[in-house]
Amino acid sequence: MSFTCDLSGEVALVTGASSGFGRHFALTLAANGAAIAAAGRSRDRLSELVQEIESQGGRAVPVAMDVTDPESVRAGFEVAEIELGPVSVVVNNAGVATVHMVADATEADYDRILDTNAKGVFLVAQEAGKHMIKRGHKSGRIINVASISAFKAARQVSTYCMSKAAVTSLTRTLALEWAPYGINVNALCPGVIMTEMTQAFYNTPHGKDVIKRWPRQRISDPSSLDGVLLLLASPDASSFMTGSMIVVDDGQTL
Amino acid sequence: MSISCNLDGKVALVTGATSGFGQHFARTLAASGATVAITGRRGDRLDELQAEIEGKGGRALGIVMDVMDPASIRNAVDVAETELGAINVLVNNAGISRERLIVDVTEEDYDAVLDTNLKGPYILAQEVGRRMIERGEGGNIINIASMMAYRPYRGLSAYGMSKAGMVAMTRCMALEWARYNININTLCPGYVETDMNSEYFHSEKGLKVVNSFPGKALGKLDDLNGILLLLASDSAEFMTGSTIEIDGGQPL
Repeated sequence: MSFTCDLSGEVALVTGASSGFGRHFALTLAANGAAIAAAGRSRDRLSELVQEIESQGGRAVPVAMDVTDPESVRAGFEVAEIELGPVSVVVNNAGVATVHMVADATEADYDRILDTNAKGVFLVAQEAGKHMIKRGHKSGRIINVASISAFKAARQVSTYCMSKAAVTSLTRTLALEWAPYGINVNALCPGVIMTEMTQAFYNTPHGKDVIKRWPRQRISDPSSLDGVLLLLASPDASSFMTGSMIVVDDGQTL
Repeated sequence: MSISCNLDGKVALVTGATSGFGQHFARTLAASGATVAITGRRGDRLDELQAEIEGKGGRALGIVMDVMDPASIRNAVDVAETELGAINVLVNNAGISRERLIVDVTEEDYDAVLDTNLKGPYILAQEVGRRMIERGEGGNIINIASMMAYRPYRGLSAYGMSKAGMVAMTRCMALEWARYNININTLCPGYVETDMNSEYFHSEKGLKVVNSFPGKALGKLDDLNGILLLLASDSAEFMTGSTIEIDGGQPL
């Protein structure tokens, strides 16, 4: 990459770090010098990730965290700060998806998606903000991972779209409330990207047809988000960005 | 700053490079290794900036261009490519504003603002885009709009309209040119302190405005470096048609 960022001295907590975007974000931030609190539910996968980061010369700890449980979020931050010091960057990434037409969705479907994708993001940001505000005088960076689904209707993913729209709304409110404390809160809104969550569909004939309808007829991997991720995590390169929705979708929504 | 960006071998053209944002963008791109065609109406200012960039070991060429005049735009692009090589990065920055309530805006005010801020950038992007398409090597176009594109401000109707138009223009060009690997994005800055507005923002009235912002602060020119360099680099390969707000939360 021609654009890089030095994150030495930063401590980044990444939720949903056991797979997909979260795993990639943790590796990218670590490769650029940040110490990583890798948060998630799957202890085995977190341990593997931590080993991988350490083998590349980075620093990381696994943090057991269920973002839908306030007590687990609180305890996770405590572990992260004891092990690594004050968390200065939070990547609020944990998210789940399910496929159902609105007419067929059960209440359990609705709760599962909204609890993780919206309430979980709220709880993690709230806990992060409490710590950052209490410390004061140090920049804080919260990156909420939303999606182009926040802006665009799509069949079979109503609850996912709603949850991501909620994240963009929360991002603006947090930016407003926490601007006086130097805490910048932005939403990263990726397009469809090949991950463990999406590959099952986009490798099918129907999925490949969808890709052909996009302006560039291709699908990228999570590394296409690296530049924006680093910019938003930087203590000084995005000082004047807060409350922003940054779409990285290779033109998929055009 | 914590970021670093390598633009060695790239040629960038920046409009409105005689002051404010444009001058700063030219310096920033040059400091990261790009060769910069600096354009504007005031030749003496361009000469000064060229000398300054060259004095720091960079490469730049001042080219007089009036974005209100399509012939001047085409000529400047021609000169830039003849002298410096194919343009890889365009920063469509030149813009004016005339602060007047809608009831007082003259047709001349309206035309001046819309022609400078919207038609000029359209003609220029079209000219540069055609050449990028013909060469088949892609390119990056960064259009400088404003937070006024999506939020109304008293006395700035024509300005806000021109910048909203620029957001639409960006998305249309991004769609048509996606297949040619041309990335086009819009930057929407909030209030940033420059030589031109510094006095106002330190006056009693200006300070009141600043204190009404959530962060009680103006942006600094350097705050724009990160996103500018990212969008000018190969690291933003998968970003096109995006509207990027960089405003410190001022419009919230």
